[in-house]
Amino acid sequence: MESRRNSILSNLDWVTIGIYMLLVVLGWFSIYGAVYNFEEASFFDFSYRYGKQLVWIACALVIAAVLLMLDSRIYTLLAYVIFPIMMLVLLAMVVFAALNLPFVPDIKGSHSWLVLGPVSIQPAEFAKTATSLMLAKLMSEYGFSLSRTKHLGMALAVIFLPVVLIVAQHETGSALVYFALTLVLYREGMSGIYLFLGFFAVVVFILSIRFGEVPIISMLPDESYGLFLVMGLTILVQMGFLKVFMQDGNSSLIVGGVSLALFLLGYAIYKLLDYPIHFTYIGMAALVFTLCYCIVMRVKARLWGYLLVGLFGFVSIGFSNVADKAFDHLMPHQQTRIKVTLGMENDPKKAGYNVNQSMIAIGSGGWAGKGFLNGTQTKLKYVPEQDTDFIFCTVGEEHGFIGSAVVLGLFAFLLLRLVYLAERQRSLFSRIYGYCVASIFFFHLFINIGMVTGLTPVIGIPLPFFSYGGSSLWSFTILLFIFLRLDASRTEYFGQ
Amino acid sequence: MTNDIYANRRFVIGGLMLTVVLIYLLRLINLQLVDDSYSDQAESNAYLKKVQFPARGIIRDRNGKVLVFNKLSYDVMVVPREMKDFDTLEFCNAVRIDKQDFKEKMREMRSKPWYSPYQPQLLISQLNAHDYGVLQEKAFLYPGMYLQRRTLREYNYPNAALLLGSIGEVGRRTLKADTIDHFYVPGDYAGQNGVELTYEKDLRGEKGEEIFLRDAHGRIQGKYEDGKYDKSSKPGRDLQLSIDIDLQAYGEQLMKNKVGSVAAIDPATGEILALVSSPTYDPSLLVGRSRSENYEKLVNDPLKPLFDRPMMACYPPGSTFKTVNALIFEQENIISPWTAFPCTQGYHVGSFTVGCHAHSSPLTLIPSIQHSCNAYYCAGFRNMMDHKKYKNISEAFEVWKKHVVSLGFGYKLGADVPNEKRGYIPNSGVYDKIYGENRWKSLMIVSNSIGQGEILATPLQIANLAATIANRGYYTVPHLVKNIEGRSIDSCYLQRRYTTIDSAYYEPVVEGMDLVMKNGTGWGARIDSIEVCGKTGTAQNPHGEDHSIFMAFAPKDHPKIAICVVVENSGFGATWAAPIATLMIEKYLKGYIPKRRLWMEERMLNANLLPKQNGVTKK
Repeated sequence: MESRRNSILSNLDWVTIGIYMLLVVLGWFSIYGAVYNFEEASFFDFSYRYGKQLVWIACALVIAAVLLMLDSRIYTLLAYVIFPIMMLVLLAMVVFAALNLPFVPDIKGSHSWLVLGPVSIQPAEFAKTATSLMLAKLMSEYGFSLSRTKHLGMALAVIFLPVVLIVAQHETGSALVYFALTLVLYREGMSGIYLFLGFFAVVVFILSIRFGEVPIISMLPDESYGLFLVMGLTILVQMGFLKVFMQDGNSSLIVGGVSLALFLLGYAIYKLLDYPIHFTYIGMAALVFTLCYCIVMRVKARLWGYLLVGLFGFVSIGFSNVADKAFDHLMPHQQTRIKVTLGMENDPKKAGYNVNQSMIAIGSGGWAGKGFLNGTQTKLKYVPEQDTDFIFCTVGEEHGFIGSAVVLGLFAFLLLRLVYLAERQRSLFSRIYGYCVASIFFFHLFINIGMVTGLTPVIGIPLPFFSYGGSSLWSFTILLFIFLRLDASRTEYFGQ
Repeated sequence: MTNDIYANRRFVIGGLMLTVVLIYLLRLINLQLVDDSYSDQAESNAYLKKVQFPARGIIRDRNGKVLVFNKLSYDVMVVPREMKDFDTLEFCNAVRIDKQDFKEKMREMRSKPWYSPYQPQLLISQLNAHDYGVLQEKAFLYPGMYLQRRTLREYNYPNAALLLGSIGEVGRRTLKADTIDHFYVPGDYAGQNGVELTYEKDLRGEKGEEIFLRDAHGRIQGKYEDGKYDKSSKPGRDLQLSIDIDLQAYGEQLMKNKVGSVAAIDPATGEILALVSSPTYDPSLLVGRSRSENYEKLVNDPLKPLFDRPMMACYPPGSTFKTVNALIFEQENIISPWTAFPCTQGYHVGSFTVGCHAHSSPLTLIPSIQHSCNAYYCAGFRNMMDHKKYKNISEAFEVWKKHVVSLGFGYKLGADVPNEKRGYIPNSGVYDKIYGENRWKSLMIVSNSIGQGEILATPLQIANLAATIANRGYYTVPHLVKNIEGRSIDSCYLQRRYTTIDSAYYEPVVEGMDLVMKNGTGWGARIDSIEVCGKTGTAQNPHGEDHSIFMAFAPKDHPKIAICVVVENSGFGATWAAPIATLMIEKYLKGYIPKRRLWMEERMLNANLLPKQNGVTKK
């Protein structure tokens, strides 16, 4: 027994624990800075959030210690138990909310908080850990292979079940986090094409929204740049598919060449003859040509892939239309957030206020910042949600570029360290779980820093270890320390 | 571990993470290091700076009488972002403007290039104490609006308007030039002319500043750092002028209904005792909300009361300039005091004639000044120009010019009044241009000898000549400042400037000027008890009747005052300028005008010599 504990302590990755401690401490100072009100206040005043956060931190450390003391096999064993329980809790939340029960109140339009007397927790935060464990367990089962559609479907089901339940609580931000887990699937063998298609879908979405109402020729207002750009991009992707997957450079060139020729012809007619031509018709012509060409090739070469490539064009156009329609069905505030990010709306008083003030706060920090507790934009409450989602503003304003870069650097180091730790696992379960942790942290960082610097839409998810809140701090701590516990036992058994 | 064919994907994932972090780093560089518009916005967001305006320095005369002091006035400032809807009509009534005016003022405020909704903007300027009281009571009705205390000028005497100058809103040029101190913000007041402009930096003091913190809702959250960075304002330095305000007022009275100037200097120090520009105006016209209206009236007045004549008007100095020539001829050994030139009712060469009036002939130097003999100076001037000791006439003329310049002509003297003019003394190159090189002769330029021709001088320069003669060979740059609180005056106002003429050569000129008053052209204006040395002048000018010019100093020994009087288009120097000058001298030296001369004073005070076209007949 004694030796086992020693081996755990010596096998623990103290580097990661160091970064964790550093981030938590820096986070607390940032919260103190964000809440501090230029009035005399003590560090340990529990009526303020920085006081409460101290309690949350202390609890988090206890939780971390307990997690490290447990036998690592518990986590593998519990995976199948915890996940269904968490899903039931999430489902119960939805039901309670629908029944208007008092312990699931409406907080800023979301029903994700479970309020039990003085304690309120956000189950969605903890569901990340449960889902990660479940995913790791499922994918490390003997015989599991992502190349089998059924297995891939099961993995995707594990990921999207909580998504559905959380979206039902109107907590879209937290739900989006689960998409990060597709990175894990990719690492474990899912074809990169899915990631590519996901990325492509985002681009098509952005193009459709951003340029959806920009006419190509002012005389023809009913056709837009958006659709035309999507068409152009689609043909480029089809060319790429032909080249990469079908190993058919000639076809790729033929499709590209014909499309370009069609476009130049149309452009010449428009420019030289001054005839208002429908450019989307040209795009459509190119896509139809590609489809016909692929059908011919399908018959000639007897390869189904050609047909898929050909059809991809119309799927893409269809998706663009759907994206456009779907966008109109988003909540108004979600629409404006996206529009603000895409630079389509710029009203710093209303929709863009948060982001604008956040950028002002960060931008005014300069090189070295205004000094701890000297930030004016955050102290004077110009930045909304400044101790939770917009906590990075305090760092940017008070510690300037140097402070922000240090924090970003710490996160980058943590992420790469997690990838490194995951890769050194002998157990598949540990490796997959490690990637889950890294992916979730990555997504939080990506969205959170992106939104405060105006690069991504405002999606209310916290910055790990920095944002105020017990639920998020504990859930990130649990997520991380389970992995550190698994890592400490990496030598104990392998194969599994 | 089984063979993992996807192991390399770790690099894709790691690379993705690094890429995102790098993009964010670049974004931070752009936000925090490159683009500084964010910090500017942050500042105007969070700080509300309220300026405390310093009291402007007081201006006194040489006897300590207060000329200019401060009165309080209030500007209505608004922070547009904090404004809420309010009863416009009530507001308009309180500040006594109509609704249309109010809209216009709001529009004007918004159209200013420096407009910012976060910072206080000037809406209505210069409320008087009564309106301030009314508005202050209702201040709570108008959020975002507050009253800014400012100081305006108030004048104890209706005199010396131009030399004192006035203050007004700073113009764009001043703002642009204010790159070192960054003292002014749009809407500030600064000296616009006169000593208010020259000594602006002394008079204005230092602004104070209170910094408040303002939260996102525009509420004041108290003082920034408990007022650690607040600055209290420092009042401006007081200024004592060399002007004798009683003498100045007397001069303005004497010059009433006349166009012209009086410049009086203390020869020993170069201090200007009076500087009259006529017609003049009451300086309090240019204070307060009626400033622009009155200013426009003054600008459009055909007699140009805003034209600072003693500093800026350039006249041919006429016969007063004979003293200059006398000094130069002596210095250049062209004449001795006993050299005599004949005068046959003028100077005649062939068909060329410069007329002269009746006096005995020939004359030596002293009587030539006494009688203001034209022939004497024409002859002397030609002798000099054609003298063999110079290579040619150009060189002779340049030597002459050098002496003239050393006596304070042709360049700005450097008085502490803005807009001083330099007058005009030609050089030989000018004549080369007019007549062709080496193609001009002494006869062609002979009128310079009697102060006509091309030369021009300001009344101040002529007064300075009188001072130089009074000092027998030097002058101190004329100036208006006597003392500045807390610092010494510019050293250039303390140094003597010696002329190129030896002191001894001044004595005959002084004697001549003495005789002018005792038994010469200025006899009618003599003062029995004071030995005044004077010189009359009558400047011909193409615009109308001759200007009456007189310069003098007194007493002959240990002079206390040197003066120049110019009365435009009024005829002989002896008729108007000389009596006015001697009255000024008497007033300054004795403090009163004796009975014997009261008739003269009355005649001067009542004379109306304004141009006829103004609808006023000349006496």
